[in-house]
Amino acid sequence: MFIDYYIILSVALFCIGIVGVLTRRNAIIIFMCVELMLNAVNLLLVAFSKMHHLTPPKKELAAVAGTDGQIFVFFIMVVAAAEVSVGLAIIVMMYRNIHSVDVNFLNRLKH
Amino acid sequence: MIPVLLILIPLLTGLVAFFVKNEKSVKGWALASSVITLAVSLIGLTVLKDPEYFAQRYEWMGSLNSSFSVKLDGLSQILCLLNAVAFPLIFIATWKTVYAKANNFFALMLLMQAGMMGVFVAADALLFYFFWELALIPAYFLCSQWGGPRRIQVTFKFFIYTFVGSLLMLVGLLYIYFHTPGRSFDITAFYNAALTSKEQDWLFWLLFIAFAIKMPIFPFHTWQPDTYEQSPTAVTMALSGVMVKMGVFGLLRWLLPVLPLASWRWGDTTSTLAVVGMIYASLIAIQQDDIKRLVAYSSIAHIGLMCVTIFSLNNIGMQGVMIQLFNHGINIIGLWIGAEWIERQMGTRKLSELGGLAQKAPALAIFFVVIALANIALPLTNAFVGEFLMFTGIFSSIATHYSLWFTVLAGVCIILAAVYTLNLIRKIFYGNVSAAVSAAGDIRLSEKLALGVIVILIVWIGIYSQPFLRITEDISADITNGIINRPEIARYLTR
Amino acid sequence: MQNSLQIAWLIPLFPLIGFLINGLGRKQLSKSMIGVIGSGVILASFVMSIWVFLQVKDGNTHVATYFDFINAGKLKISFAFQIDQLSSLFLLIITGVGFLIHVYSVAYMHEEKTEHFGRYFSYLNLFVFSMLLLVLGANYVIMFIGWEGVGLCSYLLIGFWFKKDEYNKAANKAFIMNRIGDLGFLIAIFWIISKAGSVNFPDVFAAATGKFNGKEFTTTDITCITLLLFVGATGKSAQIPLYTWLPDAMAGPTPVSALIHAATMVTAGIYMVARSNILYSMSHLVMNVVWVIGLATAILAATIALKQNDIKKVLAYSTVSQLGFMFLALGTGAYVAAVFHVMTHAFFKALLFLGSGSVIHAMGGEQDIRKMGGLNKRMKITSMTFLLGCLAIAGIPGFSGFFSKDAILAGAFGRSPVIYAIALGAALLTAFYMFRLYATVFRGTFRGTHDQEHHLHESPSAMTVPLIILAILSVVGGWIGIPEFMASGANKLNEFLAPVFASSNQFLESRGRLHEIDHNTEWMLTGLSSLLIILVVVFAWNKFSRKPELAETKGLGRVLENKWYVDELYDTIIVKPLNWLGGVLNSVVEKDVIDGLVNGVGRAVNYGSRQLRLLQSGQVANYVLLMVLSMLVVFVLQFFLRK
Repeated sequence: MFIDYYIILSVALFCIGIVGVLTRRNAIIIFMCVELMLNAVNLLLVAFSKMHHLTPPKKELAAVAGTDGQIFVFFIMVVAAAEVSVGLAIIVMMYRNIHSVDVNFLNRLKH
Repeated sequence: MIPVLLILIPLLTGLVAFFVKNEKSVKGWALASSVITLAVSLIGLTVLKDPEYFAQRYEWMGSLNSSFSVKLDGLSQILCLLNAVAFPLIFIATWKTVYAKANNFFALMLLMQAGMMGVFVAADALLFYFFWELALIPAYFLCSQWGGPRRIQVTFKFFIYTFVGSLLMLVGLLYIYFHTPGRSFDITAFYNAALTSKEQDWLFWLLFIAFAIKMPIFPFHTWQPDTYEQSPTAVTMALSGVMVKMGVFGLLRWLLPVLPLASWRWGDTTSTLAVVGMIYASLIAIQQDDIKRLVAYSSIAHIGLMCVTIFSLNNIGMQGVMIQLFNHGINIIGLWIGAEWIERQMGTRKLSELGGLAQKAPALAIFFVVIALANIALPLTNAFVGEFLMFTGIFSSIATHYSLWFTVLAGVCIILAAVYTLNLIRKIFYGNVSAAVSAAGDIRLSEKLALGVIVILIVWIGIYSQPFLRITEDISADITNGIINRPEIARYLTR
Repeated sequence: MQNSLQIAWLIPLFPLIGFLINGLGRKQLSKSMIGVIGSGVILASFVMSIWVFLQVKDGNTHVATYFDFINAGKLKISFAFQIDQLSSLFLLIITGVGFLIHVYSVAYMHEEKTEHFGRYFSYLNLFVFSMLLLVLGANYVIMFIGWEGVGLCSYLLIGFWFKKDEYNKAANKAFIMNRIGDLGFLIAIFWIISKAGSVNFPDVFAAATGKFNGKEFTTTDITCITLLLFVGATGKSAQIPLYTWLPDAMAGPTPVSALIHAATMVTAGIYMVARSNILYSMSHLVMNVVWVIGLATAILAATIALKQNDIKKVLAYSTVSQLGFMFLALGTGAYVAAVFHVMTHAFFKALLFLGSGSVIHAMGGEQDIRKMGGLNKRMKITSMTFLLGCLAIAGIPGFSGFFSKDAILAGAFGRSPVIYAIALGAALLTAFYMFRLYATVFRGTFRGTHDQEHHLHESPSAMTVPLIILAILSVVGGWIGIPEFMASGANKLNEFLAPVFASSNQFLESRGRLHEIDHNTEWMLTGLSSLLIILVVVFAWNKFSRKPELAETKGLGRVLENKWYVDELYDTIIVKPLNWLGGVLNSVVEKDVIDGLVNGVGRAVNYGSRQLRLLQSGQVANYVLLMVLSMLVVFVLQFFLRK
């Protein structure tokens, strides 16, 4: 099995995410696109750690070889979950304040 | 013990002074503190001989190889003495001046004194830098809180200037630190730092600019007249009497011995800058109508002469510089006392509005004229001894091919100094009594006391300077020989 | 055993004590006390000086060292006095003439308030102290202390009446002009130190003639040192180009003009050159410069004196001119003649100034000679003594000025007859303007106001007695230097001073630059000059007794009256440009260039940040876009740069 498929898939996901962030104004959609990008990275991490890990120097380590990348992914998922809760809370607050989730209204830092 | 005391006394009394709310008592407190400091300094100078009293070392920041290490040698002695003499004089002379929030004012003054003491005795680069900044911060607050109408703008300029200088110095010191044997901030380690001649070149400019801003040397001087003009006079006295000496001290202690090759090589350039600055400042001083600005520019010219002498690397001249550091401090404080009193009484510092004061205040006239004559280095005043030695040093210098030119051009400033100083006297004291002067009285006991001490010092050093010259005998020989005897330079000289 | 002359420190100490007492007690002491103290200390010095002189006459010369003035590194300058023939002679002149002038001042200044009276005497004492330091100093630095000290006192006394701004400006001018000269002196000292390592006279002269501690002056060294010293002398002794301060210095009280600006201080330059005679003898070039300057000054000042109408200004220019004569003598190697003329000049010029003071006193402060006239009837003593002074300065045979001037002219003839002719011309001018002055002031009829005429009186005896003593000295003072050709062995002064100039004369002789004139020629020259001078005197006497010069001058006379416009010239080429430069530096360079640069840095940072702020649009999308683009740039850069 070639890794190229995975790479192409995750690049495609990532690009969709970027384009979404750049073009959309709805905060929730931007948020989802960010998640999409995160998951593209996750996919890549899992793929690489499964297929391109080093041969372990000692035999007893063979069982855990190639798992470090996957552990990263778990971390990312946990952090992403926390981030979603904070991010959604922010969006809710934003909606309460300006009755909109359009990010273009939020340019007050400029002044 | 002595150097630690010299720092601690003003530091602690200064901190206490913040909490003394009564104006009279805080004045007395500050004066008492400064007199004790003076006593300690005098004891260190005369009674004690054992070297263990003059050096001290405590652990400070072990991981950086920096220690709280202080020592008093001849150069430190004379500057500490100046610092210790200056503050009682300042406090006595401005006894009658009223300050808002006097407790903060005097506390900051004492802290500034502590900082400057620290600069003069530090034997560790990090400690030196620490005190350098410590002296600067109270000065900043003193100018910005108690200064004249343009104080905010001017203090900002002052701060930016000195801060830029400090940062350049910090970079330079750190770079040298990384090239010392065994990575230490100790001064001996700095003297033995392994630096190529290229590195010395650019380090030299980093440090020189830092010190030149403080002294100040043309063209880094424009903070000075503004700051002197706008600061309360007591602060101006401390700034011009003592703090500018930090720059000269920096050259002598942290530049010449640390970067000898570069000092040798760039001597002509710096001397040229200083000489140009001298003439420049003298010509501008002639044009001034404000007493404070006039004295400020005259100070630039005098300090410039010290700079030229330092880079002429001559033992005789070096002694002249060191005694002149003291003389200039004393004399300029005397001039400021006169200026302060005039401003307080007459409500103006403009020469064009003054005149005929000698008829109203003969005592002030006598003192002021003597001090002004010392300012133009008349024989039998202290400045003559200093300037004579300095000029001898410049003329006999082996470090430059242009010694004759430097002597002549610097000598022209003696003439110009006579022009502006005599004009100053003429416009303030002689002629007919002007409207501003008509209600003036004569100086009171406190000013008489301060000015009297200054005049006695002026005449004493002018006639018999030996006790003062002996203090700095060894250190000046060390500094000059340390450079002249470098193998590279010695080889060049014999060729 | 210690030399008895070690005690010479007492001589300057007395005036110093007088200065301190009078200065500090000027409000407490009474006028008579101040006068007694002020004059008494000078008398004490005078008595000491006579004793010293007698010691020296017996061949006892001494260098008395007291303490280290400056001792730094290899440089050691001791506070030491040199007592020899030259300095003891000057001591006598300074304290002797000084004492007479102090006594005179007591009467002249009696109208001043007590505290100003005290101030006056303290300054005068301080002056004598400085002048004594100057001549006693055993090295160039101690000499320089006195040198600047007398300049200071001159400054203080010119501006004594400090309410008048004009006087203060004259005082400043005197000090600054002197400072210009002093710079030359100072650089000469530095030069000496750097080449010889010592400033003691014997050491320096040893370094010039042979070896001193293995150090030796090159010819260039000697030329430069002597030239620089001479610059100092031109300042102090009012020679071209630094002479313009002296006439302005007449703003001071008249006794001050007599003491400082005629008899003593202005001769400091001559003393200094005479002291360094061996250095000058060794530099032919500088000798030439000295006599050229001296001669030019003598002529220039004499021409200006022809048309001055202020009694003191005439005397001032005459002083400048006589000083020129002295330098002419020095430049031609006639050192003794110069010192001789210093002495006789001190007598008759002090006399003339004090006489003019007496006149001014009687006229109620009037100094314009056009408003005087006929004073000889009312002021017999002043008139008689003034006449004797005029005869002496003109060089009428038998009077003191005759002998000293003759010695100078003989020296000039020895060098070249042309110099002699020009110098004789200057001497004739001297005779002319002095008798113009005398005739205008004392002969004819009175031309002042009625009030002044009523007020006219002879001065009190405290003023006339010094006049009489000085008049006697002006007559007989020259008899100690009667030239060899008139009476063999009568030139006592020459004999006395011989040791000081011995090595110099030896050197000049070895180079064939010492010219002896035979006695017949000398008789002829003396006869010629005396005859001409007498003719001029008679002519001037007649011309101005009958019809004094009262009308406005025109043409050349006007140029002379305005002093050849030299002051204006200096103002245009030096003072104004410097002021302009200072103004430009102050208002343009300082404010715009340097501060502009500094503020410019601040402004540039400000501007830059304002531009950068535009990036902060507040649009999240913009930020993200920027982020992505930057990442792309980083990738691309890395991709290309790795290759």
